[in-house]
Amino acid sequence: MTQVQNPPKVDVPTRYVGRSIDRVDGVVKTTGQAEFTAEVPYPDITHAAMVHSTIARGRITAIDTAAASAVRGVIAVITHETAPPMKPPVPVNMVNMETLASGSTVNYLNTDEVFWNGQPVAVVVADTPYAAHEAAALVRVTYDELPSTLDFHAEVPNSVPQPSSMIMPVGADKGDAEAALAAAAVSVDLRFSTPMHHHNAIEPHATTASWDGDRLTVHDAAQAITWLQKHLAHKFSVPVEGIRVIAPFVGGGFGGKGMIWPGTILTVMAARVTGRPVRMVLTREAVYRTVGARTPSVQRVALGADADGHLTSLIHTSVTQTGNVGGMPEPVTSQSRYVYAADNILLKQDVVRLDQVSNTPMRAPGEAIGTYALEVAVDELAAKLGVDPIELRLRNEPKTDPLHGKKFSQRRLTEAYARGAEQFGWADRTPEPGSMRDGKWLVGMGVATAFFPQLQLGANVVVRLSVDGTVVVRSGFQEMGMGGATAQAQITADALGVPYESVRVEYGDTTMPIAPMAGGSTQTASVAASLLTACEKLKKSLLGLAKKSGSSPLTGRKLEDLTARDGGLFAGGVGETYAEILARAGRPSIDATVGSDTKLGQLAGNLRFMSKFMLDQRRWVKASSGAQFCEVRVDSETGEVRVSRWLGVFDVGTVVNAKMARSQLRGGIVMGIGMALSEETLVDPRTGRIMNPSLSEYHLPVHADIPRIDVEYLDDPDPTMPLGLRGIGEVGITGVAGAIANAVHHATGRRVRDLPITLDKLL
Amino acid sequence: MRTFAYLSADDVATAVQAISTEPGAKFLGGGTNLVDLMREGVEHPDTVIDITRLPLTGVEELPDGGVRIGALVRNSDLAGDRLIRGRYPMLSQALLTGASAQLRNMATVGGNVLQRTRCAYFYDGTAACNKREPGAGCDAIGGFNRNHAILGTSEDCIATHPSDMCVALAALDAVVEVESVRGKRRIPLVDFHLLPGGTPQVETALEADELITAVELPPSPLAATSRYRKVRDRASYAFALVSVAAALEVADGTVTGVRLALGGVAAKPWRAYEAERVLLGAPATEESFRLAAEAELAPAVGRSQNEFKIELAKRAVVATLRQLLTEGGAA
Repeated sequence: MTQVQNPPKVDVPTRYVGRSIDRVDGVVKTTGQAEFTAEVPYPDITHAAMVHSTIARGRITAIDTAAASAVRGVIAVITHETAPPMKPPVPVNMVNMETLASGSTVNYLNTDEVFWNGQPVAVVVADTPYAAHEAAALVRVTYDELPSTLDFHAEVPNSVPQPSSMIMPVGADKGDAEAALAAAAVSVDLRFSTPMHHHNAIEPHATTASWDGDRLTVHDAAQAITWLQKHLAHKFSVPVEGIRVIAPFVGGGFGGKGMIWPGTILTVMAARVTGRPVRMVLTREAVYRTVGARTPSVQRVALGADADGHLTSLIHTSVTQTGNVGGMPEPVTSQSRYVYAADNILLKQDVVRLDQVSNTPMRAPGEAIGTYALEVAVDELAAKLGVDPIELRLRNEPKTDPLHGKKFSQRRLTEAYARGAEQFGWADRTPEPGSMRDGKWLVGMGVATAFFPQLQLGANVVVRLSVDGTVVVRSGFQEMGMGGATAQAQITADALGVPYESVRVEYGDTTMPIAPMAGGSTQTASVAASLLTACEKLKKSLLGLAKKSGSSPLTGRKLEDLTARDGGLFAGGVGETYAEILARAGRPSIDATVGSDTKLGQLAGNLRFMSKFMLDQRRWVKASSGAQFCEVRVDSETGEVRVSRWLGVFDVGTVVNAKMARSQLRGGIVMGIGMALSEETLVDPRTGRIMNPSLSEYHLPVHADIPRIDVEYLDDPDPTMPLGLRGIGEVGITGVAGAIANAVHHATGRRVRDLPITLDKLL
Repeated sequence: MRTFAYLSADDVATAVQAISTEPGAKFLGGGTNLVDLMREGVEHPDTVIDITRLPLTGVEELPDGGVRIGALVRNSDLAGDRLIRGRYPMLSQALLTGASAQLRNMATVGGNVLQRTRCAYFYDGTAACNKREPGAGCDAIGGFNRNHAILGTSEDCIATHPSDMCVALAALDAVVEVESVRGKRRIPLVDFHLLPGGTPQVETALEADELITAVELPPSPLAATSRYRKVRDRASYAFALVSVAAALEVADGTVTGVRLALGGVAAKPWRAYEAERVLLGAPATEESFRLAAEAELAPAVGRSQNEFKIELAKRAVVATLRQLLTEGGAA
């Protein structure tokens, strides 16, 4: 682990932070120069493809590779009979987050057992991808089938309590929520379901691996390069230092590339076996068959209120799915801990374990589906009370954390609703369902609260300032489209008072200082905290260097009296540039380092992370939030739902780059529209087989489904966060499906409590 | 995808000669369906005969006022053709609601007529499918069948014919011209696709050695006032849950001419003869439209997940006819 920094108390004049600056990698991406994992040129490259099991559970009794091996260009067909031994993944330990890295507990091709329908049972290496795929289709596998548990809904009655952890608390019990519900003047008690969802990043998972003795270079479409580096060292019993993972560009992840899935492991294994560099680019179907997805859920939300609408009871329970071979249960009730000031609260999360591929986090893992159920229930209660749904939310807006009375680091949901209502024209909404009409279209307006908790992880950085005035920031974080390098360059430019153009940010490579994965909406703030500290150290060193010369105009000045601007340190008109300081000292450059990548440094970093995490947890509730407004049109005869307007007003602290932030929040809303109206992974309960593993049959929204989306933010710094910024990666998707379901009800009078809201549910 | 031999032909005679001696061969047009099926292992021709260089790309007006469409006209070109847009707007609209712009730019008219069902169990080699493997059974009947057919099905197969274009062609009395070494023949589109019965693997009246060379549309003054309405799960790039191709002629409040066909609901492009019979001579009213829809859907059989299509189809028929009555056709 890495160094966690408290935000340094510095007054940084902002010249770049907050502006809509074009992303640093915009040109290379739009002109096709950016090299993704599948494109990295390697002489002598070979190509691999997986063979997937066609049963859910059993043992391989025979595997016939003769026809596959005979295909021209095939170099190797590796099965459990021929694969080299690997170590099994280490058991998960919540104190050491790296142990979460493995997507499943299966030791691929080191066992004859099959644990899910689609599990890789062989890998083919050939001199072209076409030969590899042709040969993979010719491998014949015979199985001895074992009984399997495959049907999520049938297993719900057999669910068991989800284990709790310090990082992810599960369940809460304040007062007697069931009794309060029974005694409430007005109440709702509702059951919801959400289906499995897939991430569908535009870049499929891909790996290019090359061994040189015990040294390994891996290009991987990964969200967590350090996890991958350590996991591979463990699996293949080689030193961590000999493994280099490179991932400067990743074409979207949404959580699907956070863990390590069989394609990556088997590519590395295939390279080991063949002694050649190997590339595997998963087909879309292979992504569905071998990478986890968002769990389906069944949820109960019950709300009780007094006649004024004050919540006396809030009950939210969930049942989700994990695999018998791994997967982490999702925090479906997470937002229900914090969003409403209910007198009595009962939260419970249960799981069922199935013989399917492990679930894995997907954008706002629990909250995306949890806010759907919660926010629909609030809307139903509002209707029953005859209170405007925004008004009901405001009446139950907590002053402190409803469970433990902790302070919110910042909470401006009330303002988000006020601003949103004004801008969206909420006052024009006539409350009666079906009362707004435009020709054949039934028009509805709905709202919901967006909410996503904030974590901060450790990050190590090195900042180098050179005599020519350029700055290089090195930090092994990840970029999968969010704009991490651009944001950190803006932050650096302000902190050092140098032009944005003079800053280069290097990332996505394990030869760089260890930094957090791209996940949990944590990365920008986590890296920024260390980066700001490093910039302070750098300025201090430069001032020291200046003073040493004896002739600097900065002699006798303290850092706190100086302003970093125009490429140097100044007090009023007096001061000098960094370049002048370095030149006089005869130094080509100067570095500042935060954190240490040594074993001891990582241990210390881990301890710092845990202590800061626990201190923060005791003192504050930190979260990004927002108010989602939408308008839908429902065809009065066919039930087709079209979203016609959207406004999200977000409370996310400081916004580093307005253009990128809007884009990321919009992306979350688009994903939420898909979740609400069309996305559903179809797992046949008879076979455990995914039946729509393609972008034509898994219905993501298309452009024609997406209206203009307005995104606003309050842009007010969070006093407890570095530069006042919180994460924006996930909050955008939360509340979206709830707002749509509520708008559909307003349009039609119909409540749909099972996603997706397809037209057959409205006929 | 398995290895295959590739041939290409420059004229029709060479193409049909080639296939007559290569029984395992398939013609390759736009490739938007065949290549997909070959990748998935559903189709595995030994030989692919590329016909994209054949001179079958014209859209010509016939002396009787009809239109002859070459089999290799791309879907997007046909949709934009002035003759088609003016005389058969339902066909242009049907084409534009199909697939995506990229697919329409590649897909040919002949290939569209021959496209195969999108049933997930047909595509997945591990599932039971009588169409893919006669006698294997049908996993769709007890599985995911929300998109499946409610008309013309059998206990062996409930797959839906996926084409939008063919629904309009069925309503327009189109004729398919085919050619082989034995000569030419003409097959009405409504007879071209076969119901599954006990042989769902036999999908069309086309012989294995025949090539579709053209589709002809007879003149139809009625068709100038026509529409295609597609109901689906997202606004674009989705197969129809229900679609309606309709043309309506009304004089003095009475239906004097009507053409009606349904998509997304049947094993083949479904000409709604029963509804047409009910409508012809009936008052052009909401009630007549509803009665006609009821009559057409009377034999419909819903399965575990597609029961809703019966009511949806009726509503879509009524809505489309009403729109033709009140707003006329779309240009």
